[in-house]
Formats: sequence, structure tokens, C-alpha cells
Amino acid sequence: MDQIRLKTLDYSLFYGEFRALNRINLEIPSNRITAFIGPSGCGKSTLLRSFNRMNELIPGVRTEGSVQLDGGDIFREDVVSLRKRVGMVFQKPNPFPKSIFDNVAYGPRIHGVRNRSRLAEIAEESLSRAALWDEVKDQLHKSAMALSGGQQQRLCIARAIAVKPEVILMDEPASALDPVATVKIEELMNSLKKNYTIVIVTHNMQQAARVSDFTAFLLTDENRAGNVIEFGPTDRIFTSPTDRRTEDYITGRFG
Amino acid sequence: MRKFTQSMFFSVFWLTGIAAVLVMLSVAGYVVVKGFSRITPDFFTTSPRGGLSGEGGILSTIITTVYLVLLTLAVATPLGVGAGIYLVEYADQSRSPLAARITSAARFGVETLAGVPSIIFGLFGYALFVTALKLGFSLASASLAGACLIIPVIIRTTEEALKSVPDSYREGSLALGASRWETVWKVVLPPAFPGITTGIVLGAGRIVSETAIFFVTLGGSYRTPSSLMSGGRSMALHVYYLAMETRAFDKAMATAAVLVVLVVVMNLSINMISRRISRNAR
Amino acid sequence: MKKKRVEGVMKTVLLISALSSVTIVLLIGFFTVKESLPAFRSIGCWSMLSGKVWRPGQESYGIMAMIAGSGLVTLGAAVIGVPLALGCAVFLAEVAPGWVAGLVRPSVELLAGIPSVVYGLFGMVVLVPAIRGIPVPGNTGFGLLSASIVLAVMILPTIAGVAETALRSVPRSYYNGSLALGATRWETVRRVTIPAARSGILSAVVLGLGRALGETIAMIMVIGNSVVMPEPLTDNPLSVFLSRARTLTGNIAVEISYATGLHESALFATGTVLFILIMVVNFSARTLLKAGAGGEVSR
Repeated sequence: MDQIRLKTLDYSLFYGEFRALNRINLEIPSNRITAFIGPSGCGKSTLLRSFNRMNELIPGVRTEGSVQLDGGDIFREDVVSLRKRVGMVFQKPNPFPKSIFDNVAYGPRIHGVRNRSRLAEIAEESLSRAALWDEVKDQLHKSAMALSGGQQQRLCIARAIAVKPEVILMDEPASALDPVATVKIEELMNSLKKNYTIVIVTHNMQQAARVSDFTAFLLTDENRAGNVIEFGPTDRIFTSPTDRRTEDYITGRFG
Repeated sequence: MRKFTQSMFFSVFWLTGIAAVLVMLSVAGYVVVKGFSRITPDFFTTSPRGGLSGEGGILSTIITTVYLVLLTLAVATPLGVGAGIYLVEYADQSRSPLAARITSAARFGVETLAGVPSIIFGLFGYALFVTALKLGFSLASASLAGACLIIPVIIRTTEEALKSVPDSYREGSLALGASRWETVWKVVLPPAFPGITTGIVLGAGRIVSETAIFFVTLGGSYRTPSSLMSGGRSMALHVYYLAMETRAFDKAMATAAVLVVLVVVMNLSINMISRRISRNAR
Repeated sequence: MKKKRVEGVMKTVLLISALSSVTIVLLIGFFTVKESLPAFRSIGCWSMLSGKVWRPGQESYGIMAMIAGSGLVTLGAAVIGVPLALGCAVFLAEVAPGWVAGLVRPSVELLAGIPSVVYGLFGMVVLVPAIRGIPVPGNTGFGLLSASIVLAVMILPTIAGVAETALRSVPRSYYNGSLALGATRWETVRRVTIPAARSGILSAVVLGLGRALGETIAMIMVIGNSVVMPEPLTDNPLSVFLSRARTLTGNIAVEISYATGLHESALFATGTVLFILIMVVNFSARTLLKAGAGGEVSR
């Protein structure tokens, strides 16, 4: 059995009075890729953003239940150190308007690395892991904004890796990219899972089937609150779902 | 018939548009042409010598104006930029009702100050800085009162500049474990900097053109100020004194011409910065 | 942790600067009112407002003449400036081809940048001598007419700018919809665009009037500064505009630096009256603007 990295216990999230997530119970295994699938508005991004507490940026958000990282309650942890442990890659590539090097070095600098050669090492290591090093090693001081969309997204992955997280959250990381760049990102995810636990939200069913080891299917109930309908190994979810709603969704989109 | 009505009305609008340009050209043009015809090289290098004919140049008034601009900005920039940052980057993050109340109070303050006429700032400066704090008619009083005038200007432009920075930058930085302030300082402020600069130039322009506030707080001595506590005469104030007291209209016109050119240059630089911003945004 | 401390310190510093604007408003209100209390107490609110005689030497502090001066010069500026400014706004938003608007708009913006002391000087040197040419006994050129013309130019950019923005914020679909029904451009502008932007245009005018009430230096320079109630110089009531006058703002500026005691307090009282007047005007402008914005959404 895999070791459990992230765990939610009766976790609910509210926007004011509105319940957006309803009593979520999930166990996300270490060094695997877990995909959240479901129709738009089912709460999968909100759930993803719970793991690094990004939802707290929205005024009026309140939570119940608990979310644990390695057995520790993330709401008791300092949010800065939590986000150091749980990195995130966004739907649209969002490099800072700085050089490629400064983008990757941003996180380590924030967390106190000052030594230049150490920063250079981290940058090379992170960019290599993100499969970007060979393309940019001669232009590290060029603006990141000049890169292509796919390269920008890999830079954002490198930027996340540079702070040495345990978990990387990916919110539809390939939805703004062309098919070739998408393949690259998917290959990259596969190579990254050796060292990191990856949680990905995707709209693309084939993508979930291709890359993930585990899949959670989310759906809104009659009160428009998001629920986890089914969770399990990806092969099983896609071949023999136990819940009829999962089957409807997968066959409707997949077949 | 309907076509005719349209051309009739549209010609009227053309006329008003042309009239606006003509008015601008006649005011600015008249002042600049008339004024510069009176300017000799020593106009910029000598100071007024007093006397009824308004002898001498405007050197000391230029120096006073520069002092005034620098001092005013030294007070208003940190407060204005800080307030702008709080309103855009922090206000919505705090959930406490106190923070909400502070935010709406600050917004009310900015809106209200924007409509307060400058003589009221002057009157206030006179009561608080000149009289109550015993700073007298001085650079100190004048620049504190002037700062009150331009703080709302700088707050507004700072807010605009910060709002134009995409949220994805903030999210990216926060997700890496940066604190709010680190995010603001390292990621949000650099791209917002040109926009904030336009606010500061705008504020400087207001100080250069302002007369009423300084008329009641700066004293009016035409000597070069020697300390924060000495009075002085900015270029705009000099125009007023030359016209109203010494009736030296030629010198007044020459000084006014310099002022108009200065203001035009400041406007142009603001336009240039804004154009560069919108080009970068694309 | 150091990071936490920096964060806390910065947050407090920024919060304090955020309060600067409202602090200034409160201080202005406090000092202006506090300094004017002696005058209101010993002269009486009503007799100050309705008193027609301002003679500090004899302890007479009626500001009716200045209220009339401010009111009349604002009225004059509105009559001259509002049609011109609104015409400009419609021209810029709806009529002018792009490159023409690109010339006219900066000109209008430049008008806003010209210092008021320069307008005053221009008025003294060009306008006053010209108006002195009107053959009416007692006409010195200095007076309400010169002041109104100067002020009309000064409020033009405010009104034109806000009104143009209001016109431009009307959804283009309204305009296209009307054209598609066979209306001409002018019919569309008149029956669709202008009505939809009505409250924005109105608030532009009111904001301009607020500006006019607050103008000081240019007024002192051309209005003549007489403390007597403005009266028509001839049988024609319009000749009141050739009469010299003084504005509330001018009253403060001209006398504050040498006033003491009750006189000084009466000048602060003038400031309080001006402040309240302008607050009312600006508040109504803002309300109009917000009502307009709300109306757009609900429609």
C-alpha cells in the first residue's frame, strides 16, 4: 500500500453561506499522480487550492473539517511554510516579468538562499528537471515573457520545483497549450512523480487516463455543493466505475 | 432633410471642438510668444531685485519651486504610494470589520479631498502649520499643505497602476510561499512602477502650478530660502506678485511663459510614460 | 520569525498611510470649523450669511456679497462654458474622426494643465482691457464678465473630460442597434447615446461647477475684489456682469495673511461656508454618477 501524503477529513468549504465543497474524504498517495475530474463548477479546482490554502485569498471563505499533510493539520501550519512544501502550477502560465533565471531563483531567494553559485545550481537543477535546461541554458538572463507558452509553463514548473516542495498542485496545466507542448508537460509529470506527489485538475479525460495513477470524480449535488463521488486507481475508475454517475460522465465524454 | 439636420448639428460640434483648440492656442500661444520675447539669458541666472518695476530674473523663484516640489513629494509620495498599496493589496485580504471600515474611510477621504478647493488647503495649512504649529510662513508650512493637495492624486494613480498588474503574478508568488509584502515588493511594484511615476509627476505638476495654497502659507519673499523655516516665492506665486503688486506685466508674462512650457513638458512626459505602459501591456 | 515581523510592520505602516487621506479631511474640517466658531458665535450664523456689508474695521462681517459674487460668476461661467464643453465632449466621443480627436483631446487636456495664475494674468492683460471697451459708465473691465469668461475656459476640460467618458461608456450595441433601425448618426446620438449618458453628463456639469466655486487666484486677478453687493451698472439687469465683485475664495485669500481676532475667524467662517457648499455640490455629482452607473446595470 502506498504511503499517504495528503488527507482530507470531512472537509467542507464555504463562500459565505454557500457550501462549495461538501464533506470531502480523500487520501492522496505519495509519489503518485492523482487526477481530479468532473464537470465545470464541481469544485475540483477549489479542492486543489485547499491544499496550499490559496482559497484564503478570496474574502469570505470558511472551512470545516481538516486537511492533513504528512499527518499534520495544514491549517495549524504557517501558510508560508505550507506553500513552500506544497507548490502550484496554474492554468495559464504566469511567469513574472523578470529574467528566466530570476523566475527560478525567486522562490529560493524568498526562502533565504543568497549565495549566487548556490542559486545557479538550484536553477540548473530545477530547469533540468522541468526539461527546459537545454532550451534556455544560453539565455538565462532573457525575459521569461519571450518564451513560448509551453516553455513558460515548464518554467513555472521549474519555479515550483526550485523551492523543493513535497507536493506539486497542477490546475489544468496544459489547457492553454498546443498539443505538442501538452505532450511535453505530460511526459514531464511522469518523470517528476519519482520525487514529488502530484495532484492535477483536468478537464481532459484522455489526459487523466494517460497520466494519472489515481482518479477522483467530483460532482455537485442538488445544493450545488461539490462532492467526491468516487475515488480509486485510474484503471479501475475508467474501466469499471462502481457509481453510475461516474460511468455516465466517463462514457459520455470518453467513448 | 434628416441628413441636413445631421450636418447642421455636426458642424456645430466641429465648431466647439475647433473653438477649444483655438482657446488653448490663444491662451498658451499668447503667453508663450509674448513671454519669450521678453526673456533675456540673465532672466534665468539672476534673482528678482524687488522694487516696483520687478527688476531682475527668476532664479530664486526657480530654486524655491524646486525645493517646494522636492519637499512636497518627500512627504506625499510615501504616504500616497503606501495608501494605494494598502487599498489595492491589503484591504480586501483582511476580513476584520475594522479593516473594512478603515478601507471605506480611506476611500471616502480620497474622494472628498479630490474635490476640496486649494484655498481650503491653504486656509487649513495656515491654521495648522503656520499658526498652531508655529512654523510660520515657510517652506515647511507650504510643503506640508501642498502635500495634502497631492496625496489623493498619488493614491489614485498608484491604485490604478497596481490594479493593472495581473493577479496571476500575485498568485504565482504567493503559491511559492512568499508573504504579501514580498509579493508586493518583488513582483507587483516593478511592473507598476511607471504608472506610479506618472502619479508623482502629476503631483509635481500640481505643485508647480499651484498658487492659492502658497499665497497663504509661503510668505512671498523673493529671496532664495536658506532653510526649511524661511519663506519664499515659487514661480507661480511670482507671477501673481508681479501682476498684482508690482504691475510688471512683461516680467509676469515671461515667468508665465516658462511655467506653461514646464507644464507642457510635464504633460508630455506623462503621456510618454502612459504610452509605454499600454504598449508593454499588449 | 523575521518574515512574519517584516510583514506585520509593513502592514501597519501601509495601514497608517492609508488613513492619511481621511485624517487630512478630518483635520481640515476640525481646524476650519474650530477657527470659525468665534465668528459664528459672536456675529451669528444668519447675520453673517445674510449680511451685505463686509467692513472688518467696523466689525461688520456679512458675506452675502461674496456669496452673490461666487454664485454669479459660477452662473456666468456655466452659461458660457457648459455648452462649449458639452459640445466638445460630443464632438470627441461621437463626431470627430480619430486623428482630429487626437489633436483636440490633448488641447483640452492642456487647458487643464495651465496654472490658474496664468489664466489670471491672461485675463488681466487681454480680457480686461477688451471688456473695458464696452461703453458703460463705471465699467473698469475688471468684474464678473471677465471672471466668468476666464472661469468658463478653466472648467471646460473638467466638464468635457467627464462627459466624454460618460458618452463613451454607453455600450456600442445601443448605437449599432439604432443605426440598424435606419436612424442617422445624429438621431442615434441624440435619442440613444446622450439619454443613456445623461446622469454622467449631468455630473460632469456639476463637477465643473464645483471647480468654478473653488477657483481662487484667477478670480482675484480679474474680478475686481470689491466687497460691495454686485449691482447692475445700467437699467439693463445683465450689466450686473460688468460690476466688480468678490468671491468667497478671494475673500479668504486676499485678507487672511494680515487678519487677526474676529476678522480672522470670519475668514475661516467664509471657508466653512465654501467648504459646505462645495461638499454639497460634489456629493450630488457623485450621487448622480453612481445613480447613472446603477441604472445602466439594471436596464
